[in-house]
Amino acid sequence: MNTPIRFQIDGVEVLAEPGQSIMQAADAAGIYIPRLCDVEGLEPQGSCRVCTVKVNGRTAAACTQPAAADIEVENDTLELTNYRRDLVRMLFHEGNHLCPICEASGRCELQAMGYRLGISQPTKYPYLQPARPVDASHPDIVLDTNRCIRCGRCIRASRDIDGKSVFGYVGRGIDKKVGVNGDNLLATDASIDDCAIALETCPVGCIIQKGMGFYKPIGERSFDHQPIGSNIEGNRSGAAHREETWRQGEE
Amino acid sequence: MDDQTRIVNQACQRVGNDRLRLMDILLDVQRELRCIDHRSIAQIAQQLNCARIEVEEVASFYSFFSSPRKGDIAIRLCDDIVDRFQGMPAIARAFEQQLGIRMGETSADGTFSLDWTPCIGLSDQAPAALINDTPVTRLTPQRVVEIIAELRHHGDPAKLNTAAGEGNNAHPQIAVEVHNQIRHRGAVLLNDAPADAGLDVALTLNSDAILQRIEDSQLRGRGGAGFPTGRKWRTAANTIAEQRYIFCNADEGEPGTFKDRVLLTEHAELMIEGMTIAALAVGAAHGIIYLRGEYSYLKQHLESVLSQRRQQHRLGCSIGGRPGFDFDIRLQLGAGAYMCGEESALISSCEGQRGEPKTRPPFTAERGYLGYPSVVDNVETFCCAARILTRGAAWFRGFGTAASAGTKLFSICGDCDRPGIYELPFGVTVDELLIAAGARDPAAVLVGGPSGELISQTAFERRICFEDLSTAGAVVVFNDRRNILEIVEYYMAFFVEESCGYCTPCRVGNVFLHERISKVRQGLASPQDLAYLQELGDTIAKTSRCGLGQTSPNPILSSLQNFPLVYSALVKERDDGWQAGFDIQRALEESRRLAKRRSFIYDPSYSDSTNSDKEAPA
Ligand SMILES: Cc1cc2nc3c(=O)[nH]c(=O)nc-3n(C[C@H](O)[C@H](O)[C@H](O)COP(=O)(O)O)c2cc1C
Ligand code: SF4
Ligand code: FES
Ligand code: FES
Repeated sequence: MNTPIRFQIDGVEVLAEPGQSIMQAADAAGIYIPRLCDVEGLEPQGSCRVCTVKVNGRTAAACTQPAAADIEVENDTLELTNYRRDLVRMLFHEGNHLCPICEASGRCELQAMGYRLGISQPTKYPYLQPARPVDASHPDIVLDTNRCIRCGRCIRASRDIDGKSVFGYVGRGIDKKVGVNGDNLLATDASIDDCAIALETCPVGCIIQKGMGFYKPIGERSFDHQPIGSNIEGNRSGAAHREETWRQGEE
Repeated sequence: MDDQTRIVNQACQRVGNDRLRLMDILLDVQRELRCIDHRSIAQIAQQLNCARIEVEEVASFYSFFSSPRKGDIAIRLCDDIVDRFQGMPAIARAFEQQLGIRMGETSADGTFSLDWTPCIGLSDQAPAALINDTPVTRLTPQRVVEIIAELRHHGDPAKLNTAAGEGNNAHPQIAVEVHNQIRHRGAVLLNDAPADAGLDVALTLNSDAILQRIEDSQLRGRGGAGFPTGRKWRTAANTIAEQRYIFCNADEGEPGTFKDRVLLTEHAELMIEGMTIAALAVGAAHGIIYLRGEYSYLKQHLESVLSQRRQQHRLGCSIGGRPGFDFDIRLQLGAGAYMCGEESALISSCEGQRGEPKTRPPFTAERGYLGYPSVVDNVETFCCAARILTRGAAWFRGFGTAASAGTKLFSICGDCDRPGIYELPFGVTVDELLIAAGARDPAAVLVGGPSGELISQTAFERRICFEDLSTAGAVVVFNDRRNILEIVEYYMAFFVEESCGYCTPCRVGNVFLHERISKVRQGLASPQDLAYLQELGDTIAKTSRCGLGQTSPNPILSSLQNFPLVYSALVKERDDGWQAGFDIQRALEESRRLAKRRSFIYDPSYSDSTNSDKEAPA
């Protein structure tokens, strides 16, 4: 039998199976490390960097950093919260996130992360305002990459779970975006039943199922009553935590 | 079958429809068809039996691949700041005039295209450009006129009537007007050591003894990070695996660095000898030299050195008569991506993927190319290793400082009388380098390229070594007439251009840093903007996934620290408490131009203008 690895997150002792990431061990221990590109069931990608923690004083992405014996991990500190705020703001400003008119509002992980981190007003960065065409060619699916946060969850889900290659990254640098395997979505073998198209896969409102816009009234949406991460924190009070974060904030 | 299909199919067949060789296929298609359009992408995917998006992912990553058609003669001007300061704007205008097109355009008949490209490794002979694969150096507007006239006449950049370069540059297999400009030869690298003396020694030793010598020499990587080479080799040797790989990093993309170009030109044998020794030490059967696309003109020369060595049984089966020691090397060309100099991105590129870094751990020495242990080392590192085997570890340690053994090649360029290559022991001061290079009025020196540090006069007594200022070779000199913020702004634009885009902070954060430093340069910034640069730079450095993003804020962070007066002179706290973030005159410029009239409210000269014609000047 594998002996578990012992290490600490913010002074709390945590156990991990060999091969687990810091993120996986934290989840199992009911400690929430904020994340956007990582999701259970997909290979970690390590691209959003929102899960940045400190391991023995050095920053690392918790979703790709293996748990190791006796490491000391910092997670819930003001320094890290500030980095995460900057990263989430960057994602808001890179795309067009007009939450009040967006189908994903209330279940959007970016929006929820903004609230959890205490970002409640326009921020200091300039807006890049992309103007990419919306792809509504498919009978069941709309793709609005102006809202994409490059998390790659759709790409990995299509490739690793659906066994297809509907999505991929094209371009580089600030022009890097999600492209489809054909002239448009209709030309691909995308289907409404794909895991890549499932509502939980896209964290924002980039992949939208037709006919499902605003399907849940305000008050019943995923993050209306509890902040993102509450499912992991279990009975640790999410609301109390959120207030704590706000008190730490400069906003 | 039409031409396009035939060319694409041939390109695929040339590499046996091997998906791993996608780079070579794309390079061929781009060269022959001058573009990689959607049709070619779909055809390649069909030949390789993979998804079209997979091919598009790769084709859209590298700047030498383009979906719009480039000219039969693609002209790429080096837009590095050193070239700019040495007259590139006039050269660009001359090209535009001669060709009747603007930068970024292709002529209507499809003959010429004109583009910018980052540092092409010729900063000591700026302004320079690439015409297809052929480098042209020390350009003047008059020379541009001649070049275009000649190209219109025979249409072949390889036949350009250029002044013969020096050394191997004049060799028929290279034949370009490039100069080595070796200004100082040290004891380790730039001298005529007996050929293969190091390999001959290695062939008498077992793997452990070779590793021991490299470890004893305290050799550290010359590509920038300075990782102990012996430790890296030993990790690869100790990792249990069926195969191991040796990679030579000849991507040399750091602006202002050009020392590997000279080693590749003059000492390719020594480099390959070093790779062969590494193969023997770690137990590798395959090696790859990753040569940046900008150095394609050296491909034929390197191929011929490789084949010569095969004939001499210094590559291939049972090397040097040692049974079981089989090792061969292939060349992989890049296609315009600074990112691919990062070792795991280099491996991704060799696997036919986007040139993005891999998740670490695992480290490449444990799991690299196709998951096998892979040693990636810089050109100069391999050359040092070969010399260490010849002369011994203690001899090597006799040069340099306590933590930086040996000599180092410095590529010095910018505002100095003697730019070029200097081989000097580690520990040399910046001042000593500046005197050697004939820098008469240096005000700022960029040590280690844009990811290094921009230092001011007060720091010229600092030493160049891993303990103090470290560099892969770049030492760029700026005199007191240069605008520090223009330099900083250029380098930030470089990082925006070269970020792979994988992670949020580097992809987005650098765009914001660049935007704000431009604002500072225009004199529109307030003290809050400097705090913003500092904080944002800190977030990018701390949260980025690889070395590119972790160091990309350095031009700003190091200039904020070392040139505070430059900033304070431009940054104003306004009495009214407003921030001048918005320049109404600039914002109105476009509408004025479109409407062809001035604004009654915002043009002060409007009301007292004697000219009753209300049109804005053209
Ligand atoms: C963005 C980036 C670009 C790099 N470019 C180069 C390069 O052009 N040549 C090089 O040898 N190393 C480059 N490196 C360093 C390599 O990742 C790696 O450390 C080096 O090849 C290891 O060889 P060495 O130990 O012999 O220096 C780069 C690193 C980064 C992060
Ligand atoms: S820091 Fe991130 S975006 Fe920048 S080059 Fe590295 S992985 Fe790519
Ligand atoms: S969740 Fe770890 S980088 Fe995105
Ligand atoms: S609310 Fe987040 S993308 Fe729409």
